[in-house]
Amino acid sequence: MKEELFVSGRNIPNIDPYLNIWHWQIPLYLFLGGLAAGILFFAGYFVVRGKEKEMPATVKWATIIAPIALIIGLGALFWDLTHKLYFWQLYTTIRFTSPMSWGAWTLMAITPLSILWVASYMKEMFPRWDWKFDILNQFEAWIIKNRLPFAWIMMILSIILGVYTGILLSAFNARPLWNTSILGPLFLVSGFSTGLATIMWVSKDEHERKVLARIDLIFIAIELFLITHLFMGFLAGTAVATEAAQLFLGGDFTVSFWVYVVILGLILPATLEILEMFRFHIPKWLPPFLILFGGLMLRFVMVEAGQITRFLY
Amino acid sequence: MRYAMAIDTNKCVGCSDCVVACQTENNVPHGYCRDWIVESVSGTYPNLDLEFRSERCNHCDNAPCVRCCPTGASHIEQGGIVVVNHDECIGCGACIQSCPYDARYPHPDGFVDKCTFCIHRVEKGQNPACVDVCPTSCLHFGDLDDPKSDVSMAIKDRSWKVLAPEAGTKPQLYFLT
Ligand code: SF4
Ligand code: SF4
Repeated sequence: MKEELFVSGRNIPNIDPYLNIWHWQIPLYLFLGGLAAGILFFAGYFVVRGKEKEMPATVKWATIIAPIALIIGLGALFWDLTHKLYFWQLYTTIRFTSPMSWGAWTLMAITPLSILWVASYMKEMFPRWDWKFDILNQFEAWIIKNRLPFAWIMMILSIILGVYTGILLSAFNARPLWNTSILGPLFLVSGFSTGLATIMWVSKDEHERKVLARIDLIFIAIELFLITHLFMGFLAGTAVATEAAQLFLGGDFTVSFWVYVVILGLILPATLEILEMFRFHIPKWLPPFLILFGGLMLRFVMVEAGQITRFLY
Repeated sequence: MRYAMAIDTNKCVGCSDCVVACQTENNVPHGYCRDWIVESVSGTYPNLDLEFRSERCNHCDNAPCVRCCPTGASHIEQGGIVVVNHDECIGCGACIQSCPYDARYPHPDGFVDKCTFCIHRVEKGQNPACVDVCPTSCLHFGDLDDPKSDVSMAIKDRSWKVLAPEAGTKPQLYFLT
């Protein structure tokens, strides 16, 4: 038997009996960041591939959601800070050892970029749109001329953003559930998949949706593969890691993880997408809805459960 | 220079004087603390083992809290003391997540706070408040690089352990066993 008691002093709110410093805002922020990264990546990708005409929702319409998601996400992050008035301190330095720091800078770069991207398609989307000022028209022309380099920068930044949403957690060695290098790729792939789901939801074009669904199936497969590896890693790990994995293998988060994330969020939408390929009639909104729900749950479960895990001493 | 602390778990009686001394010295808000006592019982009756530990920030040599801080508010002062600059802290909580010892807490005023080894006293050549007040003299503070310091003498001929060395943080609280 081993029993540890706090004799005095430790009854600190949000830390005892277990850590609960990050609330719903952080998983929401990670979800929206991943989603925006996915949308922007594929917008850039199809421009680079020269398929602008074939993929109107991917390149134009859905990108309107990206800056909105990013701004709501940043708002959520800001909300969860406890010393809000000092927020600007984030942007007085760049600290490469802190994912929070370079993530904040990445967001600072990609948010305006995504707004410019949408702005450059305004006239195509709304033919009667008018920028009113000449200088804005000239600026727009310049962006349109340089769309290709823009697309490349956006793709690179969105990969960084997508990985960051996972690395933000995995950099914490003190929380064994997070401290695995699989989390970066897992959140990247999951973020891209939620991005694809959003575009599919927006798209009205049969062909475009088919292309997106096919890519999405590959991403879901990779996600399932990464989740398998995540657990193989935990179970082959130290006592600290196996203990952390227990939360998902019989512990408090078993149902929410396996039912909401894996079955409802990955396996079911993948099955529906496959059925759709074989011309079964599936409501258009259902697979994207399930994918978005699964992505959101993945982040909620991971953030909540990870905070409970700790070193055993 | 490397400041460190040794805690004699055989002498500590768990009276919590160090906790109260710290709260008074550092104006710690009501309901919070920078140091605390853990009573650890292990074994099977009747062969039980009891250990008291006065715990606080370990002022780690390889401090993850400093690494994860996005603003540089958490930083390392002379002698390896890890300090939070309240005016730079945004309260993001990254350092709280990164500490394997849960040594930090969010101050009700917004910034994150923790043990400073009473750096304001140490700079004047005094001991941290907890060390001076301990009735059993089980806390030893000083410079590890100085073989004559209180802490160096305390750990010289005794067996000791640090908490969760596998976390890789190189903690600087030595628990004499
Ligand atoms: S004990 Fe925690 S707060 Fe103190 S230096 Fe180590 S990691 Fe940082
Ligand atoms: S809460 Fe403050 S001290 Fe801690 S990591 Fe964030 S900015 Fe740094």
